[in-house]
Amino acid sequence: MLETSKANGQNFTGSVRLIHAVGMHARPAVRLTKLAKKFNAHILIRASNAAEWTNAKSVAKVMALRAVRDSIIEIQASGEDAEAAVAALVDLVATDFPDSGP
Amino acid sequence: MNMRAEIARVAYRGRTASIGFAHGPFVRVDVVPNGKRQIGTPGDEKLAIRAALDLAGRQIALLANAAGGEASQILEFQVALLDDEDFLDPIFAAIHAGTPADEAWSSALEEQIADYNSAPDEYLQARSSDLADLRDRVLRTLRGGANEAPKLPSGAVICADDLPPSRFLEIDWSSGGGLALLRGSPTSHVALLARARGIPMVVQLGAVAERAQTALLDGEHATLELDPGTEQIDVFERRREAHRKSRAAAHAFLRRPAASWDGEKIRLLLNIQRVEDLAHADAQYADGIGLMRTEFLLGEQAGLPDEESQYLAYDAVLRWAGKRPVTIRTFDAGGDKPVLGFTKDGEANPFLGVRGLRLCLARPDIFTVQLRALARAAMHGNLKVMFPMVTTPEELEAARTLFADVVSRLQAEGIPVVLPELGIMVEVPAAALTIERFKASFFSIGSNDLAQYVTACDRTNGALAKLSDPLHPAVLELIGRTAQYGKRAGISVSLCGEMAGDPRCIPALLSCGLRELSVNPSALAQVKQTIDGLSRGGHP
Repeated sequence: MLETSKANGQNFTGSVRLIHAVGMHARPAVRLTKLAKKFNAHILIRASNAAEWTNAKSVAKVMALRAVRDSIIEIQASGEDAEAAVAALVDLVATDFPDSGP
Repeated sequence: MNMRAEIARVAYRGRTASIGFAHGPFVRVDVVPNGKRQIGTPGDEKLAIRAALDLAGRQIALLANAAGGEASQILEFQVALLDDEDFLDPIFAAIHAGTPADEAWSSALEEQIADYNSAPDEYLQARSSDLADLRDRVLRTLRGGANEAPKLPSGAVICADDLPPSRFLEIDWSSGGGLALLRGSPTSHVALLARARGIPMVVQLGAVAERAQTALLDGEHATLELDPGTEQIDVFERRREAHRKSRAAAHAFLRRPAASWDGEKIRLLLNIQRVEDLAHADAQYADGIGLMRTEFLLGEQAGLPDEESQYLAYDAVLRWAGKRPVTIRTFDAGGDKPVLGFTKDGEANPFLGVRGLRLCLARPDIFTVQLRALARAAMHGNLKVMFPMVTTPEELEAARTLFADVVSRLQAEGIPVVLPELGIMVEVPAAALTIERFKASFFSIGSNDLAQYVTACDRTNGALAKLSDPLHPAVLELIGRTAQYGKRAGISVSLCGEMAGDPRCIPALLSCGLRELSVNPSALAQVKQTIDGLSRGGHP
C-alpha cells in the first residue's frame, strides 16, 4: 500500500499503510513532523479516510490523528517541493520510521 | 490479628513498573508549582511566555544530551511541542486577548492532558505525564518559582502523584533509591527510564501518607511500607537478598556475553513457534532465533492463514529480535504433521512422502502467500528464510525463483519488500552427503529427521528408541561433514534438533565443529552452563 500520484497542477498525494506496532505514537509523530518541516510545501495528513485533513508539521495534530496500526495514512502536499515531500513522508511511514542520523 | 492490622495500616499496594528494592528516607515531591505573579500587558505577557518557552527548550535539550539514548528520544516529544505553531498559536491568541500568560499556557495544556487521559489506550494515557511535565516546567519559570532540581537525600524513596521524565532525570540516582507514584503507569516514559536504570518503581498506589521518615519499596511485590518496624525491615531485607541471589544464580551463565569452547564463540539461538515463546525470562540472552516453526499458523484458524495474519506473526518476532538474526522455516507440513486442505491424504509412507518443501512447491497457491508475508516482514529485521526437507539443489533453486517472482510482483505493487537470505535444513541424508552442491546462504541441521532417515528408524516408534540414537557414528559423520564444509566455504551451520539442548550430545556436537546451536528458551541456561563446564574441564 504505497503510492504517490499527481492529483492536479501543484497537488501531490500519497498513501501508505501504518505498520508501526503501537500506531502513530510519540516517536513516529516526532519523526514525521520533523521530516515534514524540512520541506517548504504545505503538507496535510489524514488517517483512514477521516473527513478532516490536518497539518503534518504539527506534532500535536499528528498525535491527535490517533492513527492505529494498519490504518491508511494519506499525505497531500502543495508548493514547490510538494512531490519530494510526499515521497519522503510516504517512505518514512513505509519503512517504519527508521532511526535517523544525529 | 493485631499484627495484620498494623501491617495493613502502613503498607500500600500498587502495580509494578520496575522490579527492585529500595530502603531509604521517604520524600514527598510536590510537582505543582505555586505562587502568584504580577500580570503585565498582553505585550509583556507574550514576551514572558516566549522567554519561558525558550528556557524550557534549552533545559530539556540539556537534559536530553546528558541522558542520551532512550531518554533523549522521550524528551524529543516535548521539544517538538515547543516548536509546534498549531499548538502554540491559540495560546498566543488568548494572551493577545488579555488572558495572563500562565493561565493561557496552563489551560491549553490541561485541555491536551484531559484529551490524552480520555484516550482508550494506556500508551496514550501515559503521554499525559509528558505534557504535565512540560506544563509545570514552563509554569515554574513564569511564576518565578525555583526552577532547579530539588535537593533530595541520596537513596531516597521518592513519592509523587506522578513524576515526569525530565524530573526523573534531574534526580541523582547514583546511590540507589526508588520511585513510588500515587498514579502513574507501567507504560509511561518514566517507567521505561526506571527499568533501563534498574531503579525500583511502583505505580498506582492511590493515597499515601504525606509524611514519614523511612520507606521500604518492594518493586517485585509492588508494595510501599512507611516507617517500618524492625520485623518488617527484616522481612524486606530477606526478600531483597533472596531476589538478588536467585537472579545471580540464574543469570551467572546467561549474562556472560558469549559461551565459548576451544577459544571459539558458540552462538546460542532459540527454537520457537510464536512470539509468545519469547516471554520466557531467559530468551533475552539468546543470540537470535535459530528456528521459528510456522506450522502452528496452519492450525490456528479455519482455513489456511492469510498473508496479513502471517505477516503479523513474523513481524512480531523480528521486532523482538531487533538486530539479531531470525531464521524462519517455511511450512513443514506432512510427515507426522498432516494439515487438512494442504497435505496429501492416503500416502503409504508420509515421512518419505510429499512433505516440507516438496509439498510447498507442489502447492504454490499456499506457498506464495507465505513468501509474500515473509518478503514484507524482511523489511523490519535480520530475516533469514529456510526450506525444510530439501533433497536436491534444484528444489532450492525452484524455491528461490518462486520467491524472487513474489518479491518483484510486490515491488511492482509498490509494497516495500526485500528478498531475505535463503538457506536449507539439512535433514535428508542425500543433501548432507552432497552439501557442497547447494548454493545456500546457511545450513541448519535438523538432527531429529536426519537421525531418523540415517538409522531408518521411525522416531515416533518407541520400540526403536535404542536404535534411533542421534549419537550413532553415521549421524555424527554427516553432522561433521556439514560443519566442516561450512567452515571451509564460510557458510554458517547451525543445529536445531533436540540434540542441541541435550547436555549428553553437546560434547559430540562441539567436536564435530558446530559453533551454533538452536534450543528451546527453557534449555538455554543449561546449555550455556554445559558448554562452560566443558571449556573449563578440557576436552569432551
